[in-house]
Amino acid sequence: MADRDNLLSVKDLIIRFQLRQGALTAVNRVSFDLAKGERLGLVGESGAGKSVTGFGILNLISKPGRITHGSIRFEGRELTQMSEEEMRRIRGNRISMIFQDPMMTLNPVLTIGTQMVETLLAHKPISRREATEIALDRINRVSISSPQKRLEQYPHEFSGGMRQRIVIAIALLTSPALIIADEPTTALDVTIQADILELLLHLCDTEKTGLILITHDLAVVSQVTERIAVMYAGTIVETGATGQIIRNPQHPYTQGLLAALPQNVPAGGRLKQIPGVMPGPSRIPAGCPFNTRCALCEEVCRTVQPPLEPKQAGCLAACHLLN
Amino acid sequence: MPRKTLISIQNVVKHFDISGGWLDQLKFSGGRLVRRKTVVRAVNDVSLDIEQGETLSVVGESGCGKSTLARTVMRLYPPDSGQVLYRGQRIDNLSSSDMKTYRTRMQMVFQDPYASLNPRMSVRQILEEPIRFLRGTLRRDEIQEAVAAIMLQVGVDPDWRDRYPHEFSGGQRQRISIARALAVDPEFIVADEPIAALDVSIQAQILNLMMDLQQERGLTYMFISHDLSVVKHISSRVAVMYLGTVCELARAGTVFQSPRHPYTQALLSAIPRLGEQGFRHERLKGDVPTPIQLPSGCVFHGRCRYADGRCVKEIPRLRQVDEQTMTACHAVEEGRI
Amino acid sequence: MNTWRKMQQSYFLHSFLRDPLAVGSLFILLLLVIASFGAPLIAPHNPYDTTTIDILDSELPPIWLEKSDSRFLLGTDSQGRDMLSTMLYGMRVSIIIGLGAVFLQAVMGILIGLVAGYKGKRLDAFLMRLADVQLSFSTYMVAIFFGALFQAAFGMGMYEEFAIPLLIFIIGFAEWPQYARTVRASVMAEKKKEYVEAARVIGLRPGRIMWRHILPNTLTSVLVISTVQVANAIMSEAALSFIGLGMPVTRPSLGSLIKAGFDYIFSGSWWITLFPGLALVLLILSVNLLGDWLRDFLNPKLYKE
Repeated sequence: MADRDNLLSVKDLIIRFQLRQGALTAVNRVSFDLAKGERLGLVGESGAGKSVTGFGILNLISKPGRITHGSIRFEGRELTQMSEEEMRRIRGNRISMIFQDPMMTLNPVLTIGTQMVETLLAHKPISRREATEIALDRINRVSISSPQKRLEQYPHEFSGGMRQRIVIAIALLTSPALIIADEPTTALDVTIQADILELLLHLCDTEKTGLILITHDLAVVSQVTERIAVMYAGTIVETGATGQIIRNPQHPYTQGLLAALPQNVPAGGRLKQIPGVMPGPSRIPAGCPFNTRCALCEEVCRTVQPPLEPKQAGCLAACHLLN
Repeated sequence: MPRKTLISIQNVVKHFDISGGWLDQLKFSGGRLVRRKTVVRAVNDVSLDIEQGETLSVVGESGCGKSTLARTVMRLYPPDSGQVLYRGQRIDNLSSSDMKTYRTRMQMVFQDPYASLNPRMSVRQILEEPIRFLRGTLRRDEIQEAVAAIMLQVGVDPDWRDRYPHEFSGGQRQRISIARALAVDPEFIVADEPIAALDVSIQAQILNLMMDLQQERGLTYMFISHDLSVVKHISSRVAVMYLGTVCELARAGTVFQSPRHPYTQALLSAIPRLGEQGFRHERLKGDVPTPIQLPSGCVFHGRCRYADGRCVKEIPRLRQVDEQTMTACHAVEEGRI
Repeated sequence: MNTWRKMQQSYFLHSFLRDPLAVGSLFILLLLVIASFGAPLIAPHNPYDTTTIDILDSELPPIWLEKSDSRFLLGTDSQGRDMLSTMLYGMRVSIIIGLGAVFLQAVMGILIGLVAGYKGKRLDAFLMRLADVQLSFSTYMVAIFFGALFQAAFGMGMYEEFAIPLLIFIIGFAEWPQYARTVRASVMAEKKKEYVEAARVIGLRPGRIMWRHILPNTLTSVLVISTVQVANAIMSEAALSFIGLGMPVTRPSLGSLIKAGFDYIFSGSWWITLFPGLALVLLILSVNLLGDWLRDFLNPKLYKE
């Protein structure tokens, strides 16, 4: 990816939640880069820290959580050092976010048009008229018919799939350099999911917008992204080109995750299962976080946390047993 | 090999009146006050047979009536019309005391492992309740033995029987939920999206457990799911539902290899595919209509590219198109597809 | 189970001890309750024993004022009863009526709310309209009606004797809809959950499902409104007594003491009304503050943090 300019660079990010019972580390030394227009999939089970990472980039971690360490450089500027006011100018402008529930973005008492125009006016020195023009254009681009009429409607007049389209249109308003989509299609039916993902893929491609797709669904990630980062218990355990990781996973967790999918086993056969459950943030073991479930676990895995480093297969993985 | 029909669902219709109380039904229309009911037509004239020992999956998107159908079979809802037969005996009109004998033969596993276990009851209480109620002849120690045995079988340590549901992970809870269904030793289990709320690595554990139990106990499953890759893996037959009707019923292998109904084709083309870049799915036009105002004729006609005049007017019936497949589609029947 | 129970209790205790307002409220409440129920033991005089009362001792001020009598710490009322003792006995009456009325409200309200919420449809509509009708009669109207009826039927003598159960009945009867509504709302939420469907699949009878499965899951909200309702019931009783529909002066509650003293406030005997008033405020305030803390503690959103 050296041929493309760097858009986002996350280094050694640690996010902690300070609770009465003690500090919980939700994200532990996460590092990754994203080139301009690149699509990255952040994959993992619930509680792996993928959403927290996404929120962390936008500095949207709510109390008692806090970024305690690390740097996030976006378009050459350090986001962790920014004031709330500077951050606001980046959020919804240079970086947009799409949530699982479209109603997180949409205000139920305002028309779609009002919301889109207000968003634009907040970020760009343009007239209301120009803003409406842009809004119409974006509604058009997400393949919604009769945009003029749609702008005057309220969110409740749309179906779930339509709402998510509108959220994408809003995300595109300011032509951001990066979209962070957190499980954007998890609540939708498969036929609509495919439509929405295709739209997202198409738009990111044509507009050269970077995308971080946060999801638990490996198949979805494999269809949309160029690179994958697999998260487990707050850390990235493996990252590399999408096709390569799907075909030839290196880390035992990634291998287990892929093997557990019914697609990879003949119908009716026993599925390969990873024993046990992912430890919550308060029970992450010393050494490799996966050591409680790993069949190959050795002595060193219980004491030393493996760094994320290049492996022979061409990916980065955090495992002592590879090389 | 001819198999015995265990459950027979015949022309089941289930509608829900959601218009609320009498006062809420009053509406102004054309300057006059009229009383109008709002009815959700969740299941419309569905007929299915479930054979002993098989896994019949019912798939479809949200709102297609698959969960309602499952609950009607379990008699959580009485059908508005039609019948449900268990080994040839009609059970949809039984009194609750007559139904009691069937409760030991058919049980249900639910979707949400966080809502399906009573948070105020310990695992022991949860598992003992059905045994006490439905197998009343057992002695105290026999009940305890049964609970321990069933916990072992689903893979939950019996030493944890006095713990409460919130002390368990989602996967463990789903195991307990399965144990509760198995506690009365049923032969038929309705599983309503049993793995939809679980993480991938846990899904595999639960699916394996369900398949193992089926082998050990000769269980028959009615498996409700929207996850087609899971359905493909565990089913012997698949029924595809759309807006309250079954549009295709076939052997699992056949459905996934050569779907006949246009909706099934679109649905299958949209499954996310591992290791494939981009999308090649068939795009459906428009949105799913609401089950409050069902389209005339074939419920799919508004989104179907093969629809013609007949589809708008006449409701297609589920017909055998070849040895493996039944579909409800005029176009398939006429050979247009 | 035991370890978890202990943890939960310690968390409960932990967050309770961190809140000085809650601890203070509980301390004051306990003090008031113990003092009032221990009144026969600790009160210097017995206000119900007419032989010990001397009319010549009437309207004596508290001991730190002139013309006071060292026997009467907080002075005496117009009949010569020791204020402190009368207040302690009066508070006992107030608390008994408050708790009794809330118990009655809770029993009626929970039963009606449970049935209405679970059965739904027509029965629900009927019971809830009944609750609406009940609420549109204020407690005072119910009290005037039943009080007058009772006095007309049995005479004043009987009324004085049965005033406590009568007031419990009136306040309990007038305010059951609060419970019924709260319980019904949480029953309707619980009813949709799958564990209720699971119980139905087992074939359990509606009564058992309501009692064994749903009711325990609605008790949190019942607990929270109970604190508010106890405070309300004590207030209602005081207000009724103040307007002469409550406890007779011979068996005074805090409310009837305030009322009795009110007539003397302009003749300079302010203590007859002020001290019972303060006691009432303290009692209500401590119950309400405790209730606030409990609600915050049980609120799952705050709990998660």
